[in-house]
Amino acid sequence: MGIKTIRLPDVGEGVTEAEVTEILVKPGDLVREDDPIAAVMTDKATVEITSAYSGKVIWIGGEVGKTLAIGSDLIRIEDESAGGDDTVPSLTPAEAQPAPASTPSMAAQTESCPLKASPSLKVVETRPNAITATATPPRAEGAAVLASPAVRARAKEAGIDLRQVVGSGPAGRITHADLDHLFHNAGQALPRNPSGPETVETVKVVGLRRMIAKRMSEANATIPHITVVEEVDVTEIEALRVKLNEARGDKPKLTILPLIAAALVKAKESCPKIFARYDDDAEEVHYSNAVHIGIATMTEAGLMVPVVRNAQALSPYQLAGEITRLSEACREGKAKREELSGSTITITSLGPLGAIATTPIINKPEVAILGVNRMAVRPSWNGSAFVPRTMMNISASFDHRIIDGWDAAVFVQRMKTLLETPALIFMKD
Amino acid sequence: MTDLSCKVLVLGAGPGGYVCAIRAGQAGLDTIIVEKAAPGGTCLNVGCIPSKALIHAAEQFHAVAEAATGNSALGITTASPKIDLSKTMGWKDGIVRQLTGGVGGLLRKAGVRKIEGEARILDGKTIEVRTAEGLSRISCESLVIATGSVPIEVPSLPFGSNILSSTEALSLQQVPETLAIVGGGYIGLEIGTAYAKLGAKVTIVEAKAQILPQYDAELSKPVLARLKALGVEVHLNAQAAGYENGVLRAKTAVGELKIAARKVLVTVGRRPVIAECGVADLGLDMQGRYIKINGKCQTSMRGVYAIGDVTGEPMLAHRAMAQGEIAAAVIAGEAANWDKRAIPAVCFTDPEIVVVGQLPEEARAVNAEAAVATYPLRANGRAMTLERTDGFVRIVHEKASGLVLGIQAVGAGVSEFAGEFALALEMCATLTDIAATIHAHPTLGETVQEAALAGLSKALHA
Repeated sequence: MGIKTIRLPDVGEGVTEAEVTEILVKPGDLVREDDPIAAVMTDKATVEITSAYSGKVIWIGGEVGKTLAIGSDLIRIEDESAGGDDTVPSLTPAEAQPAPASTPSMAAQTESCPLKASPSLKVVETRPNAITATATPPRAEGAAVLASPAVRARAKEAGIDLRQVVGSGPAGRITHADLDHLFHNAGQALPRNPSGPETVETVKVVGLRRMIAKRMSEANATIPHITVVEEVDVTEIEALRVKLNEARGDKPKLTILPLIAAALVKAKESCPKIFARYDDDAEEVHYSNAVHIGIATMTEAGLMVPVVRNAQALSPYQLAGEITRLSEACREGKAKREELSGSTITITSLGPLGAIATTPIINKPEVAILGVNRMAVRPSWNGSAFVPRTMMNISASFDHRIIDGWDAAVFVQRMKTLLETPALIFMKD
Repeated sequence: MTDLSCKVLVLGAGPGGYVCAIRAGQAGLDTIIVEKAAPGGTCLNVGCIPSKALIHAAEQFHAVAEAATGNSALGITTASPKIDLSKTMGWKDGIVRQLTGGVGGLLRKAGVRKIEGEARILDGKTIEVRTAEGLSRISCESLVIATGSVPIEVPSLPFGSNILSSTEALSLQQVPETLAIVGGGYIGLEIGTAYAKLGAKVTIVEAKAQILPQYDAELSKPVLARLKALGVEVHLNAQAAGYENGVLRAKTAVGELKIAARKVLVTVGRRPVIAECGVADLGLDMQGRYIKINGKCQTSMRGVYAIGDVTGEPMLAHRAMAQGEIAAAVIAGEAANWDKRAIPAVCFTDPEIVVVGQLPEEARAVNAEAAVATYPLRANGRAMTLERTDGFVRIVHEKASGLVLGIQAVGAGVSEFAGEFALALEMCATLTDIAATIHAHPTLGETVQEAALAGLSKALHA
């Protein structure tokens, strides 16, 4: 019989003490060689300690939560050997037996792990190195930051302040492995600005931009938007437009926009609720018998919305002329106040930049906005074959406080019908 | 008047300036360098390189002269040697020409335009250069001031005739019979030792209580011993007062000394070239008499950088070079800043001194853990075979961690240790790192390993 002492082994370079996080045996227990007996946590990792001997546990030196110095007595075991007392720092690599199969929860040992040579010590959990906002700073105040020139250069390149990095090397030297760890935890190295130190230009938000910002955030914050996107076959209306343009003489050239405006005017007959102004302070909705269409227009200073007034009274050519006149007035800064207000619905079109769908923001106090997306030739199934059709999506947003989903859907379907069968636009009841 | 413009304008083509210009050129920046003399600055033309050539020649001559006395332990006998110093100087000038020509070639290869002439700074973005062809004005985005330093004159001993600065002392055509040196710093000692070996009667006058006053007495002691052996007279706590009729007067506590001297070499330090080229008019923030810079070599004026001797001590070529690289990198938009742990310093005295990092007193002043491990050259086999066992290696370190804080050595040939010492500092080596590195046998370098072992209380050969 002999009493063997298992001491807390050196669990990592630079580690002087460790906290006992688990004790897996109690006095009287029989343990076999390589059985796990305890787990300790250093500032780097949690390490499982296994027994170097088989025998009966007779004394336990620590309790969970207690911090023990490396080399202090951890557990004493009474074994069957004839020899006298013997003390080992757990297992040393030379006498280590191959460990039993790792449990699935055990993390693989990393390359940088100083415990690699010792199979009795398993890194079961690696804590990220404290980088910033640690309770304790990486080194005493005023102490030199130790890192080789290569490590310093790498840190500089990645924009890392080495003063904030914990060094695991001798004398607290910051190693490449420490940086690897840092990068691993950060996900990736931070990209560097190739054109030199970052410069930031400050631009004051004034004038039209400030107005746009204020109105956009107000509209977006107060209006619960519902957006409906629908696909429209515009082959017919495009063909019509081409023919009208061929025969226009000295009338203004037609784009799709005046035709959509004309369709909008027609849609009002069946969907009057969509054309409105909602005074939410007064909790009143105002319906006009006229159609005033706002046309979202890009100018150098920003977005403006000139208004085609009494669109119901204008022919497509007149609509085209009016849209052109207003957008030019806006771009030249000559638009009058009354030309910029009073719309009952707005069209927003980015032409070829119109994407396949958008989520337009309503031009408050209106209750709907019609977004026009890009036109493109797409294959369409006509029942027996794929045929090329010119397709265009419309994305319309509605103020859900006033417009129910049903009404929105009916309006969008009406627009689809009118645009797909352009003759309907010009039919009088 | 011709007008030129560039992105980077470097003022002065010394070690700092030319390195900065080459790096800037390599980075693809349109660069102009302005220099009034040959490229290479003080270092290549009238400093490091010429003095090392003279020191080598003096050592060769001295070895033969020693043998001629019949006292050679090696059994060599020879007739008394002679030296034609003008021929020696011709050989030295050849080396200088080769090196300055090399710098010119490197600048060309990097695409740097070189303009020869006297420059004057007009503002932070414009300078005027008086060239052989006339005035030209150069405007730039970034200005790098690398105008260097010149020897300080002592009012009572104005340069000229028999009163020499280091520049003239490195171009003498004859060995003076007697040479007095005012200032016992490394420049005076290097040149003084060389002339003593060439046969001059050399006297050194130092105002402080010690030669090489910036280092500790332990380091300078073997040098002092060797000076005495070479017959050099050293007067400490002595102030040079004037020179008339071949006699240098010096005041001491015990009265006035009269020192016979055909030539007087004044080496009391160097001052930055700031007033001469209009740098002073820029109104830059100063630190004492030097231009104040930050870790990126930036001055207080945006776009104006300063490197080298104008930025202060230590006035060493390799410091200027390192700063030149940083300034160019910063201008090129790279992340660069001064993060060196050590600037090695070498005195090519006899024996040589290498100083890297903290001296023992400096370390002890800030670190209670500081300790010193020393190993003497007399226990080194290679030193014995070189007939030079004077000197030692000393490692200043932190006791508990073994972190190396500084390494110094004194000994013949130890200047070549500068690289290992600096590497140890930059790599943040511990005593164990050095002790566990095989140092080839038989070399002087074994003493470094032995000193580290001694620091670990594991000395082998002691």
